[in-house]
Amino acid sequence: MKKHFKTTWTRIRRSPYQALAAVAVMTLTFFIASVFILTAAGSQAILRYFETRPQVTAFFKDEVTMTQVDTLKAKLIETEKVKEMKYISKEEALAIYREQNKDNPLLLEMVTANILPASLEVSTVDIAYLGEVAEILRQQPGVEEVIFQEDVVQALHKWTTTLRKIGVGLIGSLGLVSFLIILIIIGMKVAMRRTEIEILQLIGASSWYIWVPFVFEGIFYGAVGAILAWLISYLLLLYSTPFLVSFLAGIPVLPVPVLFMLAVLGIEILAGALIGTLGSLLAVKRYLR
Amino acid sequence: MIKFKDVTKKFGDVTALERVSFEIGPKEFIFITGPSGAGKTTVAKLIIRDFLPSSGVVEIDGTDIVDLPKKQIPTLRKNIGMIFQDLKLLHDQTVFENVALTLRVLGKVEEEIEDEVEKVLKLVGLSDRADFFPAQLAGGELQRVCIARAVVGKPEIVFADEPTGNLDLNTAWQIVRLLKEVNELGKTVIMATHNFEIVNEMEERVIELDKGKLVSDKKKGKYHLK
Repeated sequence: MKKHFKTTWTRIRRSPYQALAAVAVMTLTFFIASVFILTAAGSQAILRYFETRPQVTAFFKDEVTMTQVDTLKAKLIETEKVKEMKYISKEEALAIYREQNKDNPLLLEMVTANILPASLEVSTVDIAYLGEVAEILRQQPGVEEVIFQEDVVQALHKWTTTLRKIGVGLIGSLGLVSFLIILIIIGMKVAMRRTEIEILQLIGASSWYIWVPFVFEGIFYGAVGAILAWLISYLLLLYSTPFLVSFLAGIPVLPVPVLFMLAVLGIEILAGALIGTLGSLLAVKRYLR
Repeated sequence: MIKFKDVTKKFGDVTALERVSFEIGPKEFIFITGPSGAGKTTVAKLIIRDFLPSSGVVEIDGTDIVDLPKKQIPTLRKNIGMIFQDLKLLHDQTVFENVALTLRVLGKVEEEIEDEVEKVLKLVGLSDRADFFPAQLAGGELQRVCIARAVVGKPEIVFADEPTGNLDLNTAWQIVRLLKEVNELGKTVIMATHNFEIVNEMEERVIELDKGKLVSDKKKGKYHLK
C-alpha cells in the first residue's frame, strides 16, 4: 500500500498543473455545495423556529369567562390539528409587555392589565391547518380578534423548498462536471502511461495493481477539493456570523454547531472520494484488456 | 511444461500459425527460428496468453490457457519472464526502477527488491548502470536490462523474442551467452531469432517456423541452417 501512495504522490508532483486544475474544480463544486447546505440548513432552522412559535393568536373580549376559554380549548383539541395551546391572562400579558419594554419607561407608564386583552396562542400540527383553526377561533363568541402569521411561515416554507430544489440541481450538475473533469484529467494521465500499463500487464500485474495509484489520485483530488471548500466556507461563515446574528434578530440559528460542520466535512470528503474513485476507475478501464 | 497441440491462430483472413504442435520440457534451451512473419512472436504471445488460439490447445504446466480464468492470467505471466522484441522499457525510469518493476508487481518488500535487483544487475553486467536512464544506454545494454527484468522474479520460463535483432554479432553473442547462463540456473529458455549463425553454433534444439507452419523440430546437435 505504501508503494502505491508513493507512486501516486510522484505522479501528482510530476504534473502539478493538472493536479491544480482537478483540485480547483473539486473545490469550486464543494464550496457551492457547502454554501447551499448551510443556507438550506439555516432556512430549515428558521422555518422550524417559526413553526414552533404560536402561529395563531386569539384575543378575547374583556367579558370572556374561563369556562368559555376551556370550551374553546376542548373544541380545538377535538380537531386534532392543534399541537400546542397557551392561555395568556391579562396579568401575564402585562408581564410580557413590561419585559419587552423594560428599557422604555415611557411605554410602561399608564399601561395596566385592564387595557391588555387575554389571549390564546395556538400552534398547529401543520401550517396548512392555520386558516381552518383561525376560522374556528373567529366564530367563537368571546373572541374579539384573531391574528396569524400564515404568510410568513408559508413564504419561508416555499423559500426553503425552492432553495433545496435549486441546491440539489446545482450540486448535481457540478458533481457531474467534476466527475467528467476527473475522468478527463486521469484519462490524460492514463493515456500518457499506456505503455507502462501494457508492460505491467505483460509482466503479470493484476488490474487492481494498475488501478490503485490512479484511484488514489482521484480520491486525493476529491478529498483535497472537499477539505479546501469546507475550510473556505467555514471561515466565511465565522467571519459573517456577527452580521448574520444581528440580521436574524434573535432567531437562534447561529453559531452553527461544530458537530454539524464536521458532519458536512465528512459527507463532502466521502462524496469527493466517491467522485474521484468513479472517475479514475472509468478512465483506467478503457486501457485494461 | 509447454505444449502446443494443433494450434492455429488467425487474424481475420491472415493465418499467423497453422496447426503447430510441439512440446518444451523443463530446463530446456530452445531456439524458435524463421523469417519475419513466420509466427515466432505469435507463439510468445500465445504462451503469455496475450492472444488466444483460434483452434488447438496451448498448455502451460498442464493448464489450457483458453480455460484460464481472466483473474489467473497475472499469475501465469509472473511465471514467464518475457524479453520483448521492442524492449518495452520505461524511458522515464532508471535501469534499477525498470528491473524493480517485476519485483514490485510480485509484491516484494523494498529491502528484498534492492538486494535482488543488485544481484541480477551484477549477473547481466550492469551494476554500474543502475541509475542510468534507457536513453543513456547502448543497444546491448538495453537488451541486458530486459533480460534482468525478465529473470529477476525467478520465473520458470524465459522467452526472449529476437533479443539480438538490432545488435552487432559480438554483442549478440554476449546476450546469447547470458541467456545460456540463465538456462544453466535451471530455467527454461526459449529464444526466438532469425540469426542462423548463432543457432548453428549453439547446437541446441531448434523449432523452425515458416509462414505460420512448423517446418522442423531439430533435437540438440550440429546442423547448418541458412
